[in-house]
Amino acid sequence: MSVAVSGGVPITAAQPASREAYVEDVVRAFTIATMFWGIAAFTVGVLIAFQLAFPALNFGLEWTSFGRVRPLHTSAAIFAFGGNALLGTSFFVVQRTCRAPLFGGALPAWFIFWGYQLFIVLAGTGYLMGITQGKEYAEPEWYTDLWLTIVWVAYLIVFAGTLIKRREPHIYVANWFYLAFIITIAMLHIVNNLAVPVSFTGTKSYGAFAGVQDAMIQWWYGHNAVGFFLTAGFLGMMYYFIPKAAERPVYSYRLSIIHFWALIFLYIWAGPHHLHYTALPDWTQTLGMVFSIMLWMPSWGGMINGIMTLSGAWDKLRTNPSLRFTVTAVAFYGMSTFEGPVMSIKPVNALSHYTDWTIGHVHSGALGWVAFVTFGALYYLVPVLWRRKGLWSQTLVEWHFWTATLGIVLYITSMWVSGIMQGLMWRAYDDMGFLQYSFVETVAAMHPYYIIRGMGGVLFLTGAIIMAFNLIRTVKNGQPLAEDRPAGLVAAE
Amino acid sequence: MKFSHAIVEKNVVILALLTLITVSIGGLVQIVPLFSIETTIERVGGVRPYTPLEQMGRNIYIREGCYVCHSQQIRTFRDEVERYGPYSLAAESMYDHPFQWGSKRIGPDLARVGGKYSNDWHVAHLKNPRAVVPESIMPTYAFLASRPLSVPNIQDHLKTLRTVGVPYTDDMIANAAADLKAQADPDADTSGLLKRYPKAVVGKFNTESPELTEMDALVAYLQMLGTLVEFSKLQPEDLHQ
Amino acid sequence: MSTHIEKDAHTGRETTGHEWDGIKELNTPLPKWWLYTFYACIAFALVYTVLYPAWPSLHSHTKGVLGWTRRDTVKSELDTRQQALAPIKAKLLATPIGDVEKDPDLRNYVQAAGHIAFAENCAACHGAGGAGGKGFPNLADDDWLWGGSPEQILQTVTYGVRNSNPDSRVSDMPRFGADGLLTKEQINDVAEYVLSLSNTGTDKAAAGRGAQVFADNCAACHGEKGEGNPDVGAPRLNDAIWLYGGDKATVVQTITYARRGSMPAWSERLDPATVKLLAAYVHSLGGGK
Repeated sequence: MSVAVSGGVPITAAQPASREAYVEDVVRAFTIATMFWGIAAFTVGVLIAFQLAFPALNFGLEWTSFGRVRPLHTSAAIFAFGGNALLGTSFFVVQRTCRAPLFGGALPAWFIFWGYQLFIVLAGTGYLMGITQGKEYAEPEWYTDLWLTIVWVAYLIVFAGTLIKRREPHIYVANWFYLAFIITIAMLHIVNNLAVPVSFTGTKSYGAFAGVQDAMIQWWYGHNAVGFFLTAGFLGMMYYFIPKAAERPVYSYRLSIIHFWALIFLYIWAGPHHLHYTALPDWTQTLGMVFSIMLWMPSWGGMINGIMTLSGAWDKLRTNPSLRFTVTAVAFYGMSTFEGPVMSIKPVNALSHYTDWTIGHVHSGALGWVAFVTFGALYYLVPVLWRRKGLWSQTLVEWHFWTATLGIVLYITSMWVSGIMQGLMWRAYDDMGFLQYSFVETVAAMHPYYIIRGMGGVLFLTGAIIMAFNLIRTVKNGQPLAEDRPAGLVAAE
Repeated sequence: MKFSHAIVEKNVVILALLTLITVSIGGLVQIVPLFSIETTIERVGGVRPYTPLEQMGRNIYIREGCYVCHSQQIRTFRDEVERYGPYSLAAESMYDHPFQWGSKRIGPDLARVGGKYSNDWHVAHLKNPRAVVPESIMPTYAFLASRPLSVPNIQDHLKTLRTVGVPYTDDMIANAAADLKAQADPDADTSGLLKRYPKAVVGKFNTESPELTEMDALVAYLQMLGTLVEFSKLQPEDLHQ
Repeated sequence: MSTHIEKDAHTGRETTGHEWDGIKELNTPLPKWWLYTFYACIAFALVYTVLYPAWPSLHSHTKGVLGWTRRDTVKSELDTRQQALAPIKAKLLATPIGDVEKDPDLRNYVQAAGHIAFAENCAACHGAGGAGGKGFPNLADDDWLWGGSPEQILQTVTYGVRNSNPDSRVSDMPRFGADGLLTKEQINDVAEYVLSLSNTGTDKAAAGRGAQVFADNCAACHGEKGEGNPDVGAPRLNDAIWLYGGDKATVVQTITYARRGSMPAWSERLDPATVKLLAAYVHSLGGGK
């Protein structure tokens, strides 16, 4: 497959010579990687969910114990599944909304693709061998971090370079969000992972920060991995795929400006709400809480712009598979960005922190928002990238949608119930003012909810497998687009 | 309402720079003062760098991902103080690279587990948690009991920690290898070790193996958690951040 | 591409006049409810940060006009609780441990406070309800290593067993095999003899030979008939209750290497009243003498 002639579609004689091809092979590769890592992440998630219900599933092996596999799940979901979705869609979106092929052509993009996959494999295999920095969502050790930094800088150059090359006078809002995501993640990644290796031939390093400052920096990083990786980047995705699928203009340009700047300014301050009532000083906790509350409306600005864009095209929800997932995703986004500020309020956090409520909250965002918007993008992208008239099966999309939605509902409701129950049991007092329950009684009480949560995960995984099957069928057996004009071509001015 | 946002939308460099400035402010305001305000870390005595064996145990704690299920941070609530002991101070983790406060209590908080149970209990529990706590859902860590602890470059570990700010002395670094062994050797002379690291718990932690094992290191670490600060001697003003 | 403002037929709003890959934007104003809610959140934040510790400088931070700190708050909560408990604690500390169960108030207090104190501190080793396990004595039966009277239990809980506390209970059985004090044959014989004390032996001849070994090496602590001696922590051997197991192999193992189980000195961790009520609670579990 040639690089210049994207997708193996020959440039016909009718095309002017000045036309350039979008770089699409690498977007196809990211699409496949997104599906692959998504199923991997969900599978590992199901395993660790059931490990908590049935500890025998740790298999007595160090490599399969919960403590090592849980980071594999979180990293696979965030960085492998989410990351490939973000990189792939950002390359797709930036080319089309700038009417310019990727800066530097296909080669740097392929470096970013394979470099990113290497990062994932280095990180994931490292966890199973016990190589970890011990900071949540920042587990990869120093050499993996350095490698990711190189890949990320290349990503920033290609993305920003493409924006500079654009043939549109304005930069589209989706690209503001993608750019903010790339810049901020670079800043967070570099600062939070500052470390000194014990030896340059060994894997172990010691982080630059300690104790309370390390805690603050970690959650400045950790919360904004949510804020910029899982929110800003995916909002960029939303701003392309919803108006494209709905064939409607974006609801409000003005709202997009205000909520963009408000969101990226306020999000950064929210980290301390992960450290309420700890040894982090009160003043920092106060700031973490009030900025989380102020973040509510800027987050909802994205939801409004997503949902209201459908105004005049609601009927497409029934017929357009991509739109159904992306719009449901925005609804979950609205729900979890309301729940988040609520949980950041100190008295609420007093109950919810350290419990499964947090896990439920994370998953209403991760499954409902991040994964669903990605599924919507994939259902849109695969026919476009492989030049197919449509998806292989609409029925299977229905099946995917409902199994996954039911899975999310089981997941988050079981975690609400168990989390609130757990928090209440920890602080329950008897008539005489003594603690009513021992810790281990609360562990035993979680058992049924852990099973329900695991079943929710099974449903969600099943849905993803249905999607993968449908998309593979679409590529292999779908009806090719009749038109001979390659969709990946852009007219130079 | 007239917007003049077009300049930003037309220039990638301005957009990128404004974005970078916007996302930098919160972090700077919240993080920098934590280093510069002196009261952030409480004025309490007793906190010392980890012994070589404790630090290696801590590394095993990190390696096995114990932090994904156990917090080491007792919050300022009556119920947590009554269940686990005095609430955690910033001073207690001032030499923790990285911090291990955790975010989830699938298992109980461990900030003050030191001295709470016997070494034998820890070994039995780590080998098979359900043998001693039937309701436990913790994985088994039997392999720690038989795996020798081998850290040929223990001095490099302490030196690296000194580079990032842990006040290991030349004396501590020079004796690192000897201290590593002595802490779990019932026949060793531990007077030097105890002088360098007051309140260190010495003795054979894992009695099932005559060798120095990873289990010894991990239990040595667990047995010191939360034991360094004398809470009865603290005044309320010592604790104001 | 030049700016080309259109009017959207469905909403009646104008577009911004830009287009990206077919995507246009409407120039809809900010929703009022959205804007005012945002302002309200900001106002709340500002007021809150005036009331509570919030804004830092390089060397200090605003304390908030309420003068609130979390650590003072929890201290007062804990102090209030301790004041409420002070009379009953004082009464418990003033009452001889043997008389605690006779006082209904103290009995209630011991049961309520002891339940959770035992569950959080003791049950990990001694099991829920004190049923014990291998290496961790059963506290609900009448077999006691260090004595089952309230006073003896209090002593054990306060100072623990084989720990670094100077008043810890200590008994070190020799490692008869590992240190070469007895031969393998002698250990086999004495193990058979020990088993025969509870009628669980199988080799009568060996037990016969072991009787003398027992008399020479074991009886001083464990008693001539294996009745045990709580003063030195020597377990009773003739009651078929075993701490580490009563099968032949385990008994041989115990004689060869000895056992050195330990228990923390709880006075180093818990306040005196809690230690005392735990002792009373343990005494009440069913096996107290």
